[in-house]
Amino acid sequence: MARNITMRQALNEAIDQEMTRDPNVILMGEDIAGGQGGEGELDAWGGPLGVTKGLYHKHPGRVLDTPLSESAFIGAAIGAAVSGMRPIAELMFIDFMGVCFDQIFNQAAKFKYMFGGKAETPVVIRAMVGAGFRAAAQHSQMLTPLFTHIPGLKVVCPSNAYDAKGLLIQSIRDNDPVIFCEHKNLYDTEADVPIESYAIPFGEANVVRDGADCTIVTYGMMVHRALDAAEALKPRVARGGVECEVIDLRTLSPIDWDTVMESVEKTGRLVCVDEAHPRCSIASDVSAMVAQECFKSLKGPIQMVTAPHTPVPFSPVLEDLYLPSAAKIAAAVKKTMLQ
Amino acid sequence: MTGTRIVPIVMPKWGLSMKEGKLTGWLLQDGSRINVGDAILEVETDKIAGALEASDAGILRRRVGEDNTVYPVKALLGVIADPAVPDQEIDAYIAAYVTPAAGVDDEDQVPQYEFADTPAGRLRYAKRGSGGETVILIHGFGGDLDNWLFNIDALAEKAAVYALDLPGHGQSVKALANPGLAAMTAALNGFLDKLGVASAHLVGHSMGGAIAMQMALDHPAKVKSLTLICSSGLGPDIGNYVENFIAAQGRKDMKQVLETLFADKSLVSRQLVDDVMKYKRLDGVDALLKSLNAALFGGGRQHDAPGGKLTGKLPPALVIWGKSDEVIPVAHAHNLPGADVHILENAGHMVFMEKAGDVNALIRKHIAA
Repeated sequence: MARNITMRQALNEAIDQEMTRDPNVILMGEDIAGGQGGEGELDAWGGPLGVTKGLYHKHPGRVLDTPLSESAFIGAAIGAAVSGMRPIAELMFIDFMGVCFDQIFNQAAKFKYMFGGKAETPVVIRAMVGAGFRAAAQHSQMLTPLFTHIPGLKVVCPSNAYDAKGLLIQSIRDNDPVIFCEHKNLYDTEADVPIESYAIPFGEANVVRDGADCTIVTYGMMVHRALDAAEALKPRVARGGVECEVIDLRTLSPIDWDTVMESVEKTGRLVCVDEAHPRCSIASDVSAMVAQECFKSLKGPIQMVTAPHTPVPFSPVLEDLYLPSAAKIAAAVKKTMLQ
Repeated sequence: MTGTRIVPIVMPKWGLSMKEGKLTGWLLQDGSRINVGDAILEVETDKIAGALEASDAGILRRRVGEDNTVYPVKALLGVIADPAVPDQEIDAYIAAYVTPAAGVDDEDQVPQYEFADTPAGRLRYAKRGSGGETVILIHGFGGDLDNWLFNIDALAEKAAVYALDLPGHGQSVKALANPGLAAMTAALNGFLDKLGVASAHLVGHSMGGAIAMQMALDHPAKVKSLTLICSSGLGPDIGNYVENFIAAQGRKDMKQVLETLFADKSLVSRQLVDDVMKYKRLDGVDALLKSLNAALFGGGRQHDAPGGKLTGKLPPALVIWGKSDEVIPVAHAHNLPGADVHILENAGHMVFMEKAGDVNALIRKHIAA
């Protein structure tokens, strides 16, 4: 049966159910332990935003609070993964990935290739992404493109509680390293989520809204902004409008080119929305591929709506301006429709 | 006088989640005579497309809704009235019409789904209406109670109607010991006992029809009548649908599989495919469907033939088939001697969705008889 729960609860449930199902699943990270009934034990928050709350006492000995040393505990998680465990390592903010980048892109991502396909590295590295949380330049970045650049890594960024649970379960069951990006502004959003376990396969985008006139490709929190823009643009009684098709990529590596291209071949227009910086982003990646493969289908120039090429501002006014808004997305749709 | 002579045509509400629908096209012109059950216009929701059928007779005096336009549920789309009603009265009616806000309606106060703890586990069901007769709607392989969205309310006008999710289906328990016809029939019997239903009219689709027939064999006193829609259990043949349904891993494959259920392939919406994939991806579903298929249809043949065993003890039986059924041959419709058989044109395996008005009328008449 399904019920309405938050993305935070959905992620907690996914970890809990997989830890119950498979004793090789362990959880490690900074401040993730404790949370409930912590008599005589560590009693932390269950992570800075409470995602792992309650798991420490439910799975004794398998929720490991680590020192504040990303290079050490991410390296340990990757080592545990190649030795037969299925670790989930929580790295708080994706902004800190730089500290342990060698472990991720030079080690975990390469093992399967360098050891002739015989080494499996079933590790999930969870991290919070995204701006709009008043957390300033070092805790707000959308660094998904850095990871999609690396062969051997899978990159996931859910937009809602239903996808979050199914994609995290798939990430845990997957035999390759997965960078699992959780948008901190989506933790409190709710969706109907089955109480049962389920896995959503990687590389399957979700068409969240059908439309004939313009394709909007995006992921993460921007899915909601794109839907707002599509709603504002939709045709109403006795008034013209644009029917937008909104595609939620869900996984950025692998990426579902088929769904994107099929949609653009139908609509002939493309707007790519990405919360990351504009250069070498998911938006520029999708734009380039569509320009190369679907050139003859295009009826207007591809538009990109991204954050600017600046750090995330600390000023709340500027931070709001920094993020792609529904109005900016709608303006981009109108621009490609006019040509 | 006004109000009784003018009948509004409004955007229907098909299922709890429906908030708005698109009027895709009128099927009648201004001035057309409308009889009860006539298809008036076509509506598309995010889940399904279908025709809105008239529940009142009269003349279509005015088409208010425009083609290819989205309207909220209960928005005024047109006006039916007698020829005697003057035009200005119709103008005034249209001008004064206010679309009721969502959620204020009585039907919205009824819980959409309920759960019953039965010996087979927790089963989800929906209940509509009340009255002397009880009707049980039993879906087919891979289906769920929402398959009946065009039927449940129409049948509930004069009866208490229950639609359930069978074990392994919808939002019911995803485990079943010894999956097969006997276990499914026992689960249905346990459901009736739990709800205190002493006897009922069973309406079964596909595999649900075989379960209904087995119920009539095992517990004849509990079965007042049978309605078998494109039913299994009436012959050995079956198409590849079940195997393809199990094999489909992605949305595209599943769309093609679901299209074999309908004569009009355009009825398979993205939302319908997504909902089926969400169900199929639940842990346990794949294994249960595989073992259920092995028991019922392994090797591409139907293993159980409860229809043949009902000779001499058949309760009143209505058999309905879509002429374009690609899953179970339409010839099986004639394999139940003594049954009232109706073959409907331009409909496939999901005839009760594609020809909901006709099927509902047949079932209502059957139950009243």
